[in-house]
Order: sequence, then structure tokens, then C-alpha cells
Amino acid sequence: MNRPTVISARNLTKAYGDLTAVDNISFDVPAGESFGLLGPNGAGKSTTMKMIGGVSQRTSGSLSIMGLDPETHGPEVRAHLGVVPQQDNLDEELRVRDNLLVYGRYFGLPMSYLKPKADELLKFAQLTDKAKSKVDALSGGMKRRLTIARSLINEPRILLLDEPTTGLDPQARHILWDRLFRLKEQGVTLILTTHYMDEAEQLCDRLIVVDKGRIMAEGSPAQLIREHSTREVVELRFGSERNATIGSQLEGIGERLEVLPDRVLMYAHDGESALEQVSARGLRPLTSLVRRSSLEDVFLRLTGRSLVD
Amino acid sequence: MTEPLPGAAGRPGLQAHAPEVSAARARRWGAFYYAEQVLRVMKGYTWSIVMYSVGQPVAYLFAMGVGLATLVDTGNGAFGGVSYLAFIAPALLVSAAVMTAANEFTFPIMDGFKWRRIYYGPHASPLAPQQIAAGQIIAVTLRLLLQSAIYFAAVALFGAAPSGWGWASVLVATLTGLAFGLPLMAYSASITEDKGQFALVMRFIVMPLFLFSGTFFPLDNLPPAVRWVGWISPIWHGTELGRVFSFGYQEPPLLTVLHLAVLAGLVVLGWILTRRRFALRLGQ
Repeated sequence: MNRPTVISARNLTKAYGDLTAVDNISFDVPAGESFGLLGPNGAGKSTTMKMIGGVSQRTSGSLSIMGLDPETHGPEVRAHLGVVPQQDNLDEELRVRDNLLVYGRYFGLPMSYLKPKADELLKFAQLTDKAKSKVDALSGGMKRRLTIARSLINEPRILLLDEPTTGLDPQARHILWDRLFRLKEQGVTLILTTHYMDEAEQLCDRLIVVDKGRIMAEGSPAQLIREHSTREVVELRFGSERNATIGSQLEGIGERLEVLPDRVLMYAHDGESALEQVSARGLRPLTSLVRRSSLEDVFLRLTGRSLVD
Repeated sequence: MTEPLPGAAGRPGLQAHAPEVSAARARRWGAFYYAEQVLRVMKGYTWSIVMYSVGQPVAYLFAMGVGLATLVDTGNGAFGGVSYLAFIAPALLVSAAVMTAANEFTFPIMDGFKWRRIYYGPHASPLAPQQIAAGQIIAVTLRLLLQSAIYFAAVALFGAAPSGWGWASVLVATLTGLAFGLPLMAYSASITEDKGQFALVMRFIVMPLFLFSGTFFPLDNLPPAVRWVGWISPIWHGTELGRVFSFGYQEPPLLTVLHLAVLAGLVVLGWILTRRRFALRLGQ
């Protein structure tokens, strides 16, 4: 299937004085794809999102959204987008439903469209019974859902989500993922940043791993894991004092060893047999766990650091 | 879960217009769209706006115009040949507009950029930063007009606006509010850290200007050394202009033009600085 490209970035760079927040990155996003930017805090994800969202000027490089340059066609680009910012900026002095109506007016949408649309979106965001509540009265998860509902008021075909579930409890995150997945099923292009590997694995068709403003790797979650990690990982804990010293005694088991302060990660295609070899050497870890490789391991491999510090 | 989905699969017949239409409308009417939102928020405290607009003039007119006036000798023509009440009424009208502007162009601006970051919502929509600034200004202008009209009605009821042109002092008050408020708005938009600057503005700028702008007595009564406070004060220019309309206060026509020019100049300067600040800060 040959889908048109909706977002195209070439050598995109953003510098704040001496700090280069986004350093020469290039990527394309076809229509309907769910595209993720995975990286730790300060990697340049939000800055990239602001440039795509047409609210921050780039330092160099080129960027095109629906064939338009956000710098010369800001309003046109932003009219195509729905934006869910990292920090909620709902109007807390207005009621829940009014937040949707007011936002729709920024797009010049008439009330005859906005009123039924707001009700429809409140239903989608599971906030119908909160329509008349003050925004302050909502929980963090509800505010997030209202922000997503607000971003959909103009029926955008591209949705930008900056850290959509940061700070939410697991249940609230799952509700949100379900809503986002529905949008994806409708063909909405999702661009999301996250530092949660599980979120990236759940929602992204394809992602770029970014660190210090640069793209470290690109591909589907499965592809990235296949290329940069083994199938399984054995996590061993010998106690914080001993993890480092015991590392040398594990040499030769599995493909690769990663010694972290709190645990030792042993990368192997067959985790169980690697664990047996550890026992055979007479080593007794306090706890051991065999699991599948994740994007966290990919990130660790690529940067030598964890995603969440 | 089987609830309807938004977008194309939603209710038939309910469809947003094309993004191109949104962008064209926003380019044209964006400032008014944002003004609509500010007014909607103001509607939440309509009651306090009305009470403030009615209560303040009545209290001041009673205290100063009726109470204090009995002690003031107007016989020597020191107050433009009118009653003390008629003399201070335009000054109070102008000062009230400036006080309101001082409130509306400080805390809500900080709220937009920092506390609740309200401006960042519309900023992601087709609106431009300059339109957000303009929308805020339009909404506050409407509030100033409404408040000044109510104030003027009270003044007229007290019989303190003898001239047929008195109603024009409503416009003068609004203009003065903006002349003081817009440069202040530009300043508010530049504050990134709240260190109590607004309290200082109220105490050390608004209050002295209110007291030394020929509000309660003609500026000429002040020692020459502090008369300049009046000359640079938008309140003085507004007050004098208001008096011209309100009771035909005699002053050289050139001075009347100067008052207008100073006020208009401050509005233009303030607006330009504010636009620049908003574009810079939101575009970071």
C-alpha cells in the first residue's frame, strides 16, 4: 500500500544558544501511521513536536506537514492538526464542555457543529456525566482525556501527542491507550513522544529512538528489538554490593552482559539455559527473572543508559 | 464498548469544515475568536464586574463628591468653575478604568503564560500569538467600555456631567485604561518569575499616579518639583481630556490635542510591544 507522506523532516535542527536540542534529524511519516519518538527526558522529543506543531521555529533544515511549511503557513498547518501537549492547558475557569466549544471556535467552527460534536467527544472520552463540571474537579486521567477530546474538535487527520500518559496511574493509561487505538483504527495519523517503552510498543507502528537530539535507531518495535537485542534477557540481582564484582564471573554466558548498579542483565537467545549455566557455575543470585527483550534494552544498548533515570 | 467514534465514522451529516477554511477564518477573525473565550471566562464573574462598576463610583462620589465637597471652596474658580463633584467625576471615571486595566493586564497575562498556561492551548490552534494578544485586549476593552458606561450613568445621576458631551468621557476613560494597560501588558508578558512585581506596580506606580494626576485637585496646586508626575501620567492626560468633555473645562486646544496624542501614542506603543512579547514568548 502506497500511502502519501504527511510529515517530512530533513536535517531538522533546533538550537537554543549553545544547546542543540534537536540535531540534524530526518524522518518521514506516511498517512495513517502511528509514529513514535522514544527517548529520555531532554532528548529533544518535545522540541521536535513543537516544530511539527508549527509553534516553534526551526534553526535549520526543512519541514513539511501536509506539503506545507509550518513557518510560512502556520495557521494552515495547525488547522490540520490536533495537539495534546505534555502539560495540560485546559481553561480551568470554564466547565468541561465549554472547553471543547471554546477550542472549536479557534478553528472558526460554528456552534451548530460544535454543540453536537462536543457531546460526541465527551462520550468518546467517557466524560459525558462530567460535562458541566469544573475542570479542577477532574482527576489527572480525566483531564488528559478531555485534552484529547479537545484536540479532536476539528476532526484532525494528524494527532500530536506529547507524553500522553506521563503521570497517570496504570488504569488511566490503559483507558487512554484504548481511545488512541480507536483513533488509529480510523486512520488518524498519530505522532507521539514517550519515555515509556510499553507505551511505544503498544501504540507505535514505527518509531525513532532519540537521544541528545539525535536519531539513534529507527524501525518497528519488533524490528528494533531484533536488530539491537537478543530474544530474551535474564535479570539477576546479587545485591547492590556484589553486582559489579560478580560480573566478571558471568563472562561467556549469553551474547552480552550489562552490569547496572541494581542488577545484571544477561542477553541470550534462550534465557532459561543461560540461567542454568549461571547455577552451574555455582553462582546464587538473590532473584532471577527471564523475560523477553524490550525497547528498554534497545535503548540501553544504543546509549548505555536507561530510559527513565 | 460500542459508543460512536468521532471523526468520519461519527454521526452522519456532522462534519467539520476543511482545514483550509479553518485557517482562512482564523487568519481573518482569530483575534475575535480569542476575545470570545476571554469574555466567556469573564461571564463567570459578571456579578463582581457589575458590583465593582456600580459600587466603586457610588462610594467614591458619595465620599469625595458629597462629603469632601462640603469642605472644598469652589467659589474662587479653582475647579474650572464647576462643583467639586463635577470636577472630580471625570477623574474618578478615568482612574477606575486604569485600576481595572491594571488588574486585567497583569495577573491574567501571567496566568496565560505561566500559572495555568492558558495561552498555550489556542497557540496550538490556527491562531497566531499576536491574535491571542489582540483578543485579550479586545475583551478587556469591552469590559472597560461597559464599566465606564455604568460609571458614567452614576455620575450623570448625581448631576455631575453638565456638558452634553459628557458621554465621550466613557471613551476617554477606556482609552486611558488602555494607554496605561497595554505597556503594562507588555511588561507582564515579559515576566517569567513571579516575585511580587504586580504588587509593586500597584503600590508604587498606580497609586502615586492616581494621587498626583490632578485627580482631586488641579495639578497646578502641586509644587513644580512633583508636577512632572502628572505630565507623564496617562491618568492626568485622560482626566484633563475627560473634563473637557464632561463640563467644558477650559484649556488651550493644543493641550487637548496633546492629551489625545499621548494616550493614543501609549496605546500604539503598548500594543506593538505586547505583540512582540507574545510572539517571542509563545514561539520559543
